[in-house]
Amino acid sequence: MNKKSFGSRLVAAPYYVWAAIFIIVPLLIMFYFALTDQNGAFTFANIMGIAKYKKAFLISIIYAVIATVITLVISYPMSYFMTKMKISSQRMILLIVMLPMWMNFLIRTYSLITILANKGIINTILTSLGLKPLHLINTPGAVILGMVYDFIPYMILPIYSVMSKIDNSLLEAASDLGSNGFSRLKNIILPLSLPGVISGITMVFVPSVSTFYISQKLGGNKNLLIGDAIEYLFNVGPDFYNIASALSLVLMVMILLCLAVMNRFSSDEEDLIV
Amino acid sequence: MENIVELKNVIVSFDGERVLDELNLTIKDKEFITLLGPSGCGKTTTLRLIAGFQNPDSGKISFEGKDLNGVPSYKRQVNTIFQRYALFPHLNVFENIAFGMRVKKLPEKEIVKQVTELLELVNLVGFENRKISTLSGGQQQRIAIARAIANRPKVLLLDEPLAALDLKLRKDMQKELRRMQKQLGITFVFVTHDQEEALTMSDRVVVMDKGKIQQVGTPQNIYNEPKNAFVADFIGESNIVDGVMKNDYVVDFSGHTFKCLDKGFDDNENVDVVVRPEDVDIVDSDKGMLKGVVTSVDFLGVHYEIIVDIGGFKWMIQTTDKHNVGDNVGLDIEPDAIHIMKKSEYSGLYGDYSSFSEEMDHISDVVTEDD
Repeated sequence: MNKKSFGSRLVAAPYYVWAAIFIIVPLLIMFYFALTDQNGAFTFANIMGIAKYKKAFLISIIYAVIATVITLVISYPMSYFMTKMKISSQRMILLIVMLPMWMNFLIRTYSLITILANKGIINTILTSLGLKPLHLINTPGAVILGMVYDFIPYMILPIYSVMSKIDNSLLEAASDLGSNGFSRLKNIILPLSLPGVISGITMVFVPSVSTFYISQKLGGNKNLLIGDAIEYLFNVGPDFYNIASALSLVLMVMILLCLAVMNRFSSDEEDLIV
Repeated sequence: MENIVELKNVIVSFDGERVLDELNLTIKDKEFITLLGPSGCGKTTTLRLIAGFQNPDSGKISFEGKDLNGVPSYKRQVNTIFQRYALFPHLNVFENIAFGMRVKKLPEKEIVKQVTELLELVNLVGFENRKISTLSGGQQQRIAIARAIANRPKVLLLDEPLAALDLKLRKDMQKELRRMQKQLGITFVFVTHDQEEALTMSDRVVVMDKGKIQQVGTPQNIYNEPKNAFVADFIGESNIVDGVMKNDYVVDFSGHTFKCLDKGFDDNENVDVVVRPEDVDIVDSDKGMLKGVVTSVDFLGVHYEIIVDIGGFKWMIQTTDKHNVGDNVGLDIEPDAIHIMKKSEYSGLYGDYSSFSEEMDHISDVVTEDD
């Protein structure tokens, strides 16, 4: 072994240790619990048992899909118009987008409660205007709003960053060749910004589908999401570690499958983007 | 030849600075016209005006007699070859070339036929499915040409298309573009800062500086009869000295009275005198019209470049004869080697070779900057 590679291994060593302790070991623990019964004997019973939670899985996926679509619909045009602005305005908006990310997400979720609650800000304003108060908190809508609000920066940032790198001369070239505004959007901007869209979707969908807490605080425990189920089971006690681990395992496999599909999508495109 | 594009009193300003200052230019049908000038002279802006990427603050642009003001670029019958080609990275070679035809919704059969023909024209048959990123600079250049002429424009605009190519490829492409222009029979408007390129390729050259046209003419005309010190200096090497026009055909400069071929100036009018370095003969010191000392000698292969100090003014002379630094020499200048220009805002700024380094700075600026 030469000295240089030893040196570079040494530099990389803390990372390997970190990865082992915080990624590999917890995963192994999860696998262990998921595939054993309470006595530590190997079993598939836990995995089979998750059928009871298929409603939670389904709701989680539906909510996450809706939240992802909404964030995309907001973020894409927003990113597009941002790239058309002056550089100083772009920076300002970017700062505003990122500002909530600097706050703890529990606090952000709490702030939504105070806005949406039955005697919250919106309803106070409505009643003071003589209007009927709305039932906002503890609805699926509130949960999805919470997801959109918490995760939207992760959609805007990648889309904006890819879009702002599209060379203006490409748009001029398209226009030169006869493309009007709509055709330029469809034939140039959309395909070239696709990698950003895909990473945005991934970065919003994955945390949305596995989120807990948002639904507890804003959904009023009515529609249990899979993340809540896992958290709940772990809190109940060691007896439920096995089934909770099995749920986590299935969720993880599901997310990995989503990522794999997404990556296939983007890697087809990516080597075209130089 | 008919006029195809006309610019009348066009003014363009960026941040309060005039980039084009009351520009008037007429482009004739089927000619190869070159806009030549240093970076920031407004040549690219002129091109972008014709393409429709830029609107004039005031003035009129017309195409075949019809007003172009306010017509968006996608409705104009001109196509552009961009400086960095601007090929679409997400499309392959075929789709890049077919882009304009797809926008026009031509039938698929027609598109395939035309793309094949265009690939033949630019010598890239078999490249249909290649990705843009796998092509060399020269190949990308050819695809950009094919894509731009696929829409059969009446005018092709070329924005320093050869700047990114190495010297040999550039020379080949110059010939290639010239050939294509003849073959296609369309107007080429070519932008460059390379005077040699402009002289070899063009039917007419438009020399620009500071947002104004300094001179328009054939390459020979521009080289032999520069209008002012800027043009004389920008096109080739020039010795530019102060002179006094005694009367028709007689001019005084550097302490000597010369015969020349120019007339039509006032008696005793102050003028700029241009003498090209290759038109000066070095003779024995006692036989020359001017006497001086050799201060530097550079061998450039084809000839020597010699700097001769004559009364404090440094002349550049190109000769195939060898001389040594410190030699006392005489200079002989024939009447047809002398060109007289009116005094202009550029008088005294150019044409003295006492500070070569400044000259070099100027050249490297032009090469590295984009405008």
